[in-house]
Amino acid sequence: MKITQDEVRYVADLANLRLTDEEIVRMTHDLDEILTHMEKLNELDTSQVEPMAQVLYEAEETATLRQDQEKPTLSNRDALGCAPLGGGGYFKVPLVIER
Amino acid sequence: MSIDAAGLTISAVRRGLQEKRFSACELAKEALRFAERENPKTNAYLHFCPERALEAARRVDEALARGEHPGPLGGVPVAVKDVIVARGVRNTCGSRLLANYIPPYDATAVIRLEQAGGVILGKTNCDEFAMGSSTENSAFGPVRNPAALDRVPGGSSGGSAAVVAQGTAVVSLGSDTGGSIRQPAAFCGVVGVTPTYGRVSRYGLVAFASSLDHIGPFARNVSDAAGLLKVIAGRDEMDSTSAFAPVPDYHAAMSGEVRGLKIGLPKEYYAGLASETGDQIMKAVEVLNRLGCQVVDISLPHTEYAISAYYIICTAEASSNLARYDGVRYTIRSSCSETLTDMYRSTRGEGFGAECKRRIMLGTYVLSHGYYDAYYLKAQKVRSLITRDFQQAFQQVDAIVTPVSPFPAFKLGEKLSDPLEMYLSDIYTITGDLAGIPCMSLPCGTTANGLPIGMQILTKHFDEAGMFRLAHAYEQAAG
Repeated sequence: MKITQDEVRYVADLANLRLTDEEIVRMTHDLDEILTHMEKLNELDTSQVEPMAQVLYEAEETATLRQDQEKPTLSNRDALGCAPLGGGGYFKVPLVIER
Repeated sequence: MSIDAAGLTISAVRRGLQEKRFSACELAKEALRFAERENPKTNAYLHFCPERALEAARRVDEALARGEHPGPLGGVPVAVKDVIVARGVRNTCGSRLLANYIPPYDATAVIRLEQAGGVILGKTNCDEFAMGSSTENSAFGPVRNPAALDRVPGGSSGGSAAVVAQGTAVVSLGSDTGGSIRQPAAFCGVVGVTPTYGRVSRYGLVAFASSLDHIGPFARNVSDAAGLLKVIAGRDEMDSTSAFAPVPDYHAAMSGEVRGLKIGLPKEYYAGLASETGDQIMKAVEVLNRLGCQVVDISLPHTEYAISAYYIICTAEASSNLARYDGVRYTIRSSCSETLTDMYRSTRGEGFGAECKRRIMLGTYVLSHGYYDAYYLKAQKVRSLITRDFQQAFQQVDAIVTPVSPFPAFKLGEKLSDPLEMYLSDIYTITGDLAGIPCMSLPCGTTANGLPIGMQILTKHFDEAGMFRLAHAYEQAAG
């Protein structure tokens, strides 16, 4: 076993994802199978290999920086337009800190 | 006026407008009517945007009336995958979570497409957040393959491939992270192009795995695919990962000579093929040979590690990118939202489908404390090795030719219960994404019962021109 149901519950909490008990069972089975397949990578000695985080091509290091100039951006109204709950120019969320 | 909307190409639209056989508005209306009538057969479109389409068509007609050039896509009916946003047009990403999301801005690809005269008819169905290989993970029902309605169209851009195959759009935009353009193109029998990483701005593409995501075109022939790519390609200051490399005239490059080009066949891609797929690919290679290409055997030795590396990297990035769907900003919040944590967990638990949950979980796991080095870092190192394989191969050859998928379109439901098996079906497409090189799927015949088969062409970074030249030569020769 690569992963247990308790570990799956722990990871679901990290991911802020509520899973039902049935989903936990299925998820444990699926992740176990997938992680077992991924073991294959351990066949390779990568101690001398640099990790590749991004596809790189030749350009100046600062090439993607832009001038620091003011530009129009999304209006507050547009940005809030798809929120499930908003008001007064803000997103509204449940109580975070109790008095 | 009679318009055969199903059979049009970009050049046929241009001719029709020039010869005044139809106006752009007439064409848009007919294309919409035809698409809305045909769509129930495949469920390829999720929604149409007739007002926007007619507005775009009107601009084309006005330009023509003024004697101006209407743009390289003037009047062409286009479909856009529902992960690429258009201001004011519902954008679901195939997810319940975004069922009512109306984006407040346009993707750069959408802006460029419309500036070139393109007429967006609607948004196409896809696997939820582009995660899947069959379009069965859409919250709004699967897409059926126009070539065989009991089979999947491939995925995740299944809708964008199907509309082009079905004739309900002339060309379309899809997105590709691990094969999501090429595999559905192969399954539906159309051309699908994944350009070099960074070639097309991703501004306005809903992020799945940012180091792998691409936007690219679908078309019924190579010329149309090249024409659409030319329009959307090039540096965009709204996407810092978009490349500065100049965009060549792909049409001019396309007609060049292919005699003497060296084509590599990587042996790792030719074991374990369904026999009809293998036969058709070898027939296509024979055509290239007759055109004067020199075919050589090569090896890409780390191919067998690609699936593992890919599914670690893409899920890690996805788990981070999908953190934003938290019940605060995007339309849906669970009714079980007593506390902030309740709101996050319930909204996400109720909103995401099974495959998204699986990938968020896998990605969170491989990034979590104690596993980062063993999985994520390891996968990034293997990604280097896979990229190096290609670099070494391209010192020997000008292009690489492989199958797109080990088998043709499978039946709806056939692989749905086994996620690992579904992942394994991406074996031939994910390597190109990991290396960030241009690659495309080109139709090369069918099975005995008429299922399309696709051939993949891969070239060096930014050598889309070479890829199109070879593809065009094959297309002309194969007829």
